[in-house]
Amino acid sequence: MSTTDLGMPGLPPPGRPEFPPFPEAAHDAVRDERLRGNLRHATHTIRAKRARAVAEVSDWAELREAGRRIKDHALRHLDRYLVRVEEAVTAAGGTVHWAADAEEANRIVAGLVKATGEREVVKVKSMATQEIGLNEALEAEGIRAYETDLAELIVQLGKDRPSHILVPAIHRNRGEIRDIFRSEMSEWGRPAPADLTDTPAELAEAARLHLREKFLRAKVGISGANFVVAETGTLVVVESEGNGRMCLTLPETLISVVGIEKIVPTWRDLEVFLQTLPRSSTAERMNPYTSMWTGTTDGDGPRVFHLVLLDNGRTDTLADEVGRQALRCIRCSACLNVCPVYERAGGHAYGSVYPGPIGAILSPQLRGTRSAIDASLPYASSLCGACYEVCPVAIDIPEVLVHLRERVAQGGEVTRGGNRVVLRPARGHGAERVAMRAARWAFGHPGALRGGQRLAARVRRFRPRTLPGPGRAWTGTRDLPALPAEPFRDWWQRTHGGEEEEK
Amino acid sequence: MRVALFLTCVNDTLYPDTGRAVVRLLRRLGVDVDFPMAQTCCGQAHYNTGYRHEAEPLARRFGEVFADYEAIVTPSGSCGAMVRELYPRLGERARAEGRGDTLERVLAPVVPKTYELTEFLVDVLEVTDVGAYYPHTVTYHPTCHGLRGLGLGDRPRRLLQAVRGLDLVELPGADECCGFGGTFAVKNPDVSAAMGADKVRNAESTGAEVLCAGDNSCLMHLGGTMSRLRTRMRPVHIAEILASTEEDPAA
Ligand code: SF4
Repeated sequence: MSTTDLGMPGLPPPGRPEFPPFPEAAHDAVRDERLRGNLRHATHTIRAKRARAVAEVSDWAELREAGRRIKDHALRHLDRYLVRVEEAVTAAGGTVHWAADAEEANRIVAGLVKATGEREVVKVKSMATQEIGLNEALEAEGIRAYETDLAELIVQLGKDRPSHILVPAIHRNRGEIRDIFRSEMSEWGRPAPADLTDTPAELAEAARLHLREKFLRAKVGISGANFVVAETGTLVVVESEGNGRMCLTLPETLISVVGIEKIVPTWRDLEVFLQTLPRSSTAERMNPYTSMWTGTTDGDGPRVFHLVLLDNGRTDTLADEVGRQALRCIRCSACLNVCPVYERAGGHAYGSVYPGPIGAILSPQLRGTRSAIDASLPYASSLCGACYEVCPVAIDIPEVLVHLRERVAQGGEVTRGGNRVVLRPARGHGAERVAMRAARWAFGHPGALRGGQRLAARVRRFRPRTLPGPGRAWTGTRDLPALPAEPFRDWWQRTHGGEEEEK
Repeated sequence: MRVALFLTCVNDTLYPDTGRAVVRLLRRLGVDVDFPMAQTCCGQAHYNTGYRHEAEPLARRFGEVFADYEAIVTPSGSCGAMVRELYPRLGERARAEGRGDTLERVLAPVVPKTYELTEFLVDVLEVTDVGAYYPHTVTYHPTCHGLRGLGLGDRPRRLLQAVRGLDLVELPGADECCGFGGTFAVKNPDVSAAMGADKVRNAESTGAEVLCAGDNSCLMHLGGTMSRLRTRMRPVHIAEILASTEEDPAA
């Protein structure tokens, strides 16, 4: 029963044993003008582009529904499809490993790398390896992992944490990136030119030259996968930059760490996602590079292929009828880009490699709701529904958020480490629970409600500018509304439904 | 047609003018409107904060109080969405948890006959020109649960465009949430306030005198932000604009 403690995706900020709760982290982020500016610019740009790319497709609603169904079907029969994947990958010359949690996955990967005798690996951008903290685990074993995705490289060089699924360095602007390249690249390999400017072309060229020597030298590549096709055991990586293609084809050994929810049953199913994923994530009609491989092929690509299938809380999540839809996610990040809370709080406030709306429903399920950050994430939303509207696999994120709020506030049955356990309500919700119960009682007794309304009307001249205690959260930035002389129901009764007044 | 006004607890307590406006407007259009005194709250705040079980008796009360009316009209997109979208879910969950189908049966009849005000006007009464007069520059904020939950679309705008004297100006970033979000406003006050301030700045940039919406909860948050930021705009519920006439103008 320790899965809640394992596999902490990402690391807390330096000097903190644990991530702070969301409101605390957001408090600082909303005041960071530069961060707000970077995020507003980036999210609004991609938001508009996505809307145009989606509007071009006449059968978008049908594609979205098909995507939802395919994923639901695969998850419903995951046991069968997982075995199918293992058989197909093995038959094609690959080796399949099963990892119950982050620790086991890291141990497997580190062991595989060490067995090759190599001390460095190149990496394709992958959420699963971020989730398990693979780079840190490899470092502890004396193995250096080089990120090759441009944004991931910026994060790695800047000793930073990712703040977006697709664009992990979205919180950085060009000037900051230039500074990071200039000061940090020499530590890791080929230095940046001394006269590097912040033009995109120069930044990209500096990264290209820096990375090229790594591609050409590396004997081991590590990737994730966007999809695994069960019928043939084929892995699929979708990308824009081409660095992934290099990592997937040049090294002698390829190790792919893939969450078990990435399975689709057939090649035909890809037809749906290869339309919805690029348009939702980068607003491209089609992404520039789609790499697919099935085991190993003599004389072409890596000679050794390992697939590490990762659970890390997924089976527990699957056991929850409302929450399981989060496993349909194809990590397009459209929900982040439209989210008004993400735009203002930034990705780091979510305390996970999965930020934004999807992170708010995924982290408390994969990790449990015990930590301060995980117990606060279900509330990190105004329930505006913009995320649900854009999600290409129709995950009803607001529904799951409310469901998880219930879990935090009320406790209840959940599955942890494969066992049904009863959670107690999280700390700090006692007063709220009493208030909710009192309000329910008053609303169940219109007489009591009316008494309260009349009392309020009597003291209405007393309208404080600031409230004490929890009320300060309102009056810190907002005035209170003026109270009316009488509630509507009194007026209705006094005037017989307004008839008297109209005469 | 026997029509019930479901005013909502927030409007009943804090915004009786909106209630009077709905009554005046519907009567002017020939609707026989009643306000059942036993109504209280739809349970939305309970449900959305994670207290589903506390919301259930309130939903059941709603189902019983409004059972006999032909239509239930509410001047709130979010309470309307609570009834239409979430009541069916509430009943289903109760049954799935082995607590029988009583809740589901009580709620089923009221769900399809609950309408948000602008829906009722455009879809049921089939009017867009309600004979209103409101000589002001207005910008309209479509609230999230009305826009994405109920799918109100352009109904509110069509109604506003038909108001004589009203100059409707486009709100930049109209579809973005204002940051109220019920208990979100106090649980995440910094983000909520930042969203509210951005919405108010966008509204101000239009040069309108009035920010109009179909939900007083959002307007309470935006109005409180406006007065704190000392803007000269004021928040007005759409019902009050539509109820206003030349003989009996709203402020
Ligand atoms: S939840 Fe939906 S919108 Fe968000 S990243 Fe996943 S697939 Fe994309």
